[in-house]
Amino acid sequence: MKTFLDEVNERIDGVPIQRCYHCRKCTAGCPMAFVMEYNPNKVIKMIQMGKKEEVLGSSTIWLCASCETCITRCPNEVDIARMMDVLRQMALESGKGAKEKSVLAFHEAFLSSIRSGGRLNEPMMMVNYKLKSGDLFSDMALGLDMFTKGKLSIFAPKTKDVASVRKIFEKTKTA
Amino acid sequence: MKVSLYPGCSAHGTAKEYSQSIEAVSHALGIETHEIDDWSCCGATSAHSTNYKLSVALPARNLMIAQRKGLDVMIPCAACFNRFKTAQHHIEKDKALRAEMESIIGGKLTDGIAIRNPIDIIANDIGLDALEKKVVKKLDGLKPVSYYGCLLLRPPEVCRFDDYENPVLLDKILAACGADVKKWAFKTDCCGGSLSISRTDIVGKMVNKLASMAKEAGADCIVTACPLCMANLDMRADAALKMPVFYFTELLALAMGLPGPEKWFKLHITDPMPLVRSLKLM
Repeated sequence: MKTFLDEVNERIDGVPIQRCYHCRKCTAGCPMAFVMEYNPNKVIKMIQMGKKEEVLGSSTIWLCASCETCITRCPNEVDIARMMDVLRQMALESGKGAKEKSVLAFHEAFLSSIRSGGRLNEPMMMVNYKLKSGDLFSDMALGLDMFTKGKLSIFAPKTKDVASVRKIFEKTKTA
Repeated sequence: MKVSLYPGCSAHGTAKEYSQSIEAVSHALGIETHEIDDWSCCGATSAHSTNYKLSVALPARNLMIAQRKGLDVMIPCAACFNRFKTAQHHIEKDKALRAEMESIIGGKLTDGIAIRNPIDIIANDIGLDALEKKVVKKLDGLKPVSYYGCLLLRPPEVCRFDDYENPVLLDKILAACGADVKKWAFKTDCCGGSLSISRTDIVGKMVNKLASMAKEAGADCIVTACPLCMANLDMRADAALKMPVFYFTELLALAMGLPGPEKWFKLHITDPMPLVRSLKLM
């Protein structure tokens, strides 16, 4: 039977993450480590120990900002940024959803806007995000300021052949 | 030179001033831009965070359209630039993935289309000497720090552009315009990116650190080439720490005496006009 480690390594499709010798360079350079419950190198250790529930249910994987500092500096070329992508996707596929609900709500609102118009419509995405996250009132003053300044375009041009974009979403659907 | 242009979704909204200043500066420097026909979104962080194949297929559709013209593709937005480079990287090294992508987007993908950002094109193709010759109003007294953020440079084997820990091209471009560019150690630190909306609290802390470090370096403004960095620095720092943030092309246009800066600066949340006026740059 495949272990959690096998699954993760297979999906990263790079060097095996057990090459990590815990020098903690990733964690030292990680701009998000200060809010993560498990530091990046600890996540690697937890995967090796088979702690699937804890890793996929952690906020760490959703707070990773994909800045790629870790992979840039890793002396062993362990692709931690890609590992975080893989873990997020495994969390979604397992049906567990995301511990950081607002982060996932943002991604869903963003992608749903692209699916509908081929391009992101920023104001519509924000409305959708607010409905999904329940966070209705933050940024209201800022939004108004942006709107008054003409920074928000409700009628930004869409992709004409939006069918081809929707087809991409259909054919890459996972869960 | 001629390039294909991928504006990216923010070009029509929050980064209007970036796309308009890119157009003005390109024109003035002799870069002829051809917008990619009927382009669609690159998927940004949201696609690669949740669905690997979607994150490759969305840029691939645009690559397929761009390759018909065969020109280098200029991508001003750092996030779009990174997604295109990454998709191309995966497609070129993984044959099975390439075949799958071709079936999804309904067309062949050829290699060899260069994905480039305007810092690279202006510094390396146009050249700093040629740029300096176009400067009619030196940015005397302006003390910027250059801020690259993450997505222009990392991972280095994908982005292949400038030094990935201490990049210098943007500094050189600003110096060519007469600015007194300040050194600092935070050029490639992260602004928090797409967590801006979902975890504003965290992003606030990150940009506060950047703004205070810029101040400590003696800077009076921060210069970026990324709509996400711009939005976060311009909107999310505490009032006490906020300083003007510019797209580098806005400053180029200002130095080259092109029309537009006054209109673009009105779109900023942190008003740069007091600084610009105090230095008599406008």
